Amino acid sequence: MAEDIKSQIQRAINSQPQKTVTMLSCLLAVHDECGFIPTEAIEIIASKNDTSINDVWAVASFYTNFRFTPPAKNIIEICWGPTCHLMGAQQILSAVQDNLSLESEGDTEDGFVSLKYNTCIGACSQAPVITINHHPVHSISTDKILEKINKELKRKND
Amino acid sequence: MNKQFEILRQKATKRNEDLKSTVQIRVGLGICGESVGALEILNQLKDRIKSHDLSAVAYEVGCIGLCYAEPLVDIQKPGEPRIFFQNVTEDNIDEIIKLISENSNNFTGSVLGTLGGPSINGLPQIEEMTQWKYQTRIATRNCGTNNPNEILDYISTGGYEGLSKAISTMSPEEVRNEVATSGLRGRGGAAFPTAIKWGFLVNSPGPDKYILVNCEEGDPGAYNDKGILESDPHTLIEGAAIAGFATGANKGYVFIRHGHNGPIERTREGIKQAYEANLLGDNILGSDFSFELEVALVGESYVSGEETALMEAIEGKRAMPRSRPPFPAAVGVFGKPSNINNVKTLSYAPEIIRKGGEWFSGIGYGRSTGTAILCLNGNVKFPGMYEVAFGITIGQVVEKISGGAPEKWNGATLHRTVKLLQTGGPLGGVLGRESLETLLDFESMAAAGAILGSGGIIVGDDTVCAVDLVRNLVAFCQFESCGKCFPCRLGMTHLVEVLERISSGNGSPNDFKLMPIVGNAMAQGSLCGHGQLGFNPISSALRYFGEDFRIHIEENRCPTGSCIATFHRPTRTRPIASSGWYPGS
Ligand SMILES: Cc1cc2nc3c(=O)[nH]c(=O)nc-3n(C[C@H](O)[C@H](O)[C@H](O)COP(=O)(O)O)c2cc1C
Ligand code: SF4
Ligand code: FES
Repeated sequence: MAEDIKSQIQRAINSQPQKTVTMLSCLLAVHDECGFIPTEAIEIIASKNDTSINDVWAVASFYTNFRFTPPAKNIIEICWGPTCHLMGAQQILSAVQDNLSLESEGDTEDGFVSLKYNTCIGACSQAPVITINHHPVHSISTDKILEKINKELKRKND
Repeated sequence: MNKQFEILRQKATKRNEDLKSTVQIRVGLGICGESVGALEILNQLKDRIKSHDLSAVAYEVGCIGLCYAEPLVDIQKPGEPRIFFQNVTEDNIDEIIKLISENSNNFTGSVLGTLGGPSINGLPQIEEMTQWKYQTRIATRNCGTNNPNEILDYISTGGYEGLSKAISTMSPEEVRNEVATSGLRGRGGAAFPTAIKWGFLVNSPGPDKYILVNCEEGDPGAYNDKGILESDPHTLIEGAAIAGFATGANKGYVFIRHGHNGPIERTREGIKQAYEANLLGDNILGSDFSFELEVALVGESYVSGEETALMEAIEGKRAMPRSRPPFPAAVGVFGKPSNINNVKTLSYAPEIIRKGGEWFSGIGYGRSTGTAILCLNGNVKFPGMYEVAFGITIGQVVEKISGGAPEKWNGATLHRTVKLLQTGGPLGGVLGRESLETLLDFESMAAAGAILGSGGIIVGDDTVCAVDLVRNLVAFCQFESCGKCFPCRLGMTHLVEVLERISSGNGSPNDFKLMPIVGNAMAQGSLCGHGQLGFNPISSALRYFGEDFRIHIEENRCPTGSCIATFHRPTRTRPIASSGWYPGS
């Protein structure tokens, strides 16, 4: 298993499409591949970029998209940006959190959903917006979005 | 005319003629379309064309700007205008296919109108609608029309003519003069004259110099940079190459936030095709000008859009601003001279070179030449991305183009009016109704206490509470502070606390005095614009909506009932793996 994750990390780092490879680009590549930054990745990226694990950790801890534990099976992001705020994002946040028994961002106990807040998904013209497993979804109403989430998650996991 | 380019153009014309002789179905697949199901519709249309063996092509385009009508699907038969279906659902697909297979013009679905030719069957012409009529589309000229994944589509509509003209017939200085004549100013926030900025880089020593394209676009409410990249990436790629030629730069990065896959993938594909066509890379079009361009991704960080933080992020570090001097034109990314421009700024360059600086300076108002690319969102009937010439009033934009506050929502009839506008992103301002009279240009906007910034305009109607909105904006700024200087880091935190207590009915009259003291310390003691401008939302809201604050503080209530008790906002604390050497474990 330990060997496995290391080769996964190596593959992610070595198959970046762009020319310029940096600590940050490696972290992003690993995160895309693994869904989180495993401890091993910090060491591998440090040696790849000829720097210390402290430097890599400094970068990894700065950007809020990185997580350091494996994500749940599904990832839901809810936009709390100002447009979505005006269009009812807070109500969606409350409803989804109640539905998932969460108080804020985080993972459900059963490891089924990771909930994350997003500052702007970039689809403000369709506000309020959420993403379900990285697909943007316009939210017509709080009830409908709960329905949609349940449907999507069921479809994926059937 | 450059011979190599002439061959490309012939190829493009040929492709265009072939396309025009068949039925084309375009599906708007910007993020606005995607979030309402356009991808599924495109896939189904493609399947049906195949299974019915129709002679038609269905392909994705970006965002035409009429986001309210998404998913938008349009059919164009040979020699006819495009007919747009709006808010298409899977139920409409049969009808669309039938229109082609039976070659009829018998619509029952919801038709928005026709575009690009005389009206047919008495359908409304989109050109006559206020959403279109008020626009002057320059940087967004191809958005929603061209296939973003096809360089030849771009070339067939005049693309790369500007670059070809520049490198074959002009000197770098002539290119800069043309841009100076155009009066082009930066669209990333500070409205700095682009030709002057380019001039700084010219004087820096080579050989390695960089053109950095800023598509961080962290401003919530703005999606025009990403909109251009996902709809017409070549206009930016060509613009970046022109900037390289004009300044003597040989390398460039397009800096995009990770996760925005539409813009990222289409820009990467565009760059790849431009290399293949020798429009990027070594000896472009046989000249002695060479220019490398690649996409650099950044993690989630608003401040990484600040020019020096952006350079840190490209180098792979934390996106924390550097102190200046040295300025980027002297010491930029990887220690080399660099020039930073916004996507929109550079996207104007191809047309400026092709049509001349004077043509561009004839559009707009006073020192604000050209157009503003606006994203209108919030409580409006027709949210979308609209490109308008400077000099129209904000009221015209809000009322005429985006239709003002909605009258109907979820079937209910509303009687609402526009109460406030939030412009220029979270560091911009909250403006009152009186600002609808303001002219849309850099100077008038500044006088009204706002910036045009990235072009996002969030409209709030009379159900919106200014304190509630400001609480959200300042919470955003607090969350996004990079933490390098304490007036910004702690000041923002303090201001969120004050706003949270005001909105929950626990404010005190003293808070009116306290907030400006904190804001002033931030403006004085912060390194970058984030802290320096971070008090703008509050100061402008106090100026226009002091009454909203007063009611909360003195009467312990929210005038619109929007200030709910628990305001959910994220913290920067992230779960950390329990490994020996992680700090905090
Ligand atoms: C906190 C902060 C965030 C910024 N974010 C962006 C951004 O997302 N996009 C952008 O083009 N400019 C942004 N800017 C402005 C840039 O620093 C820079 O002025 C701009 O990219 C220059 O381009 P222009 O000359 O074409 O306007 C930001 C500035 C600050 C202080
Ligand atoms: S002003 Fe704020 S965002 Fe800018 S460098 Fe200082 S702490 Fe960072
Ligand atoms: S503010 Fe929510 S998508 Fe932009």
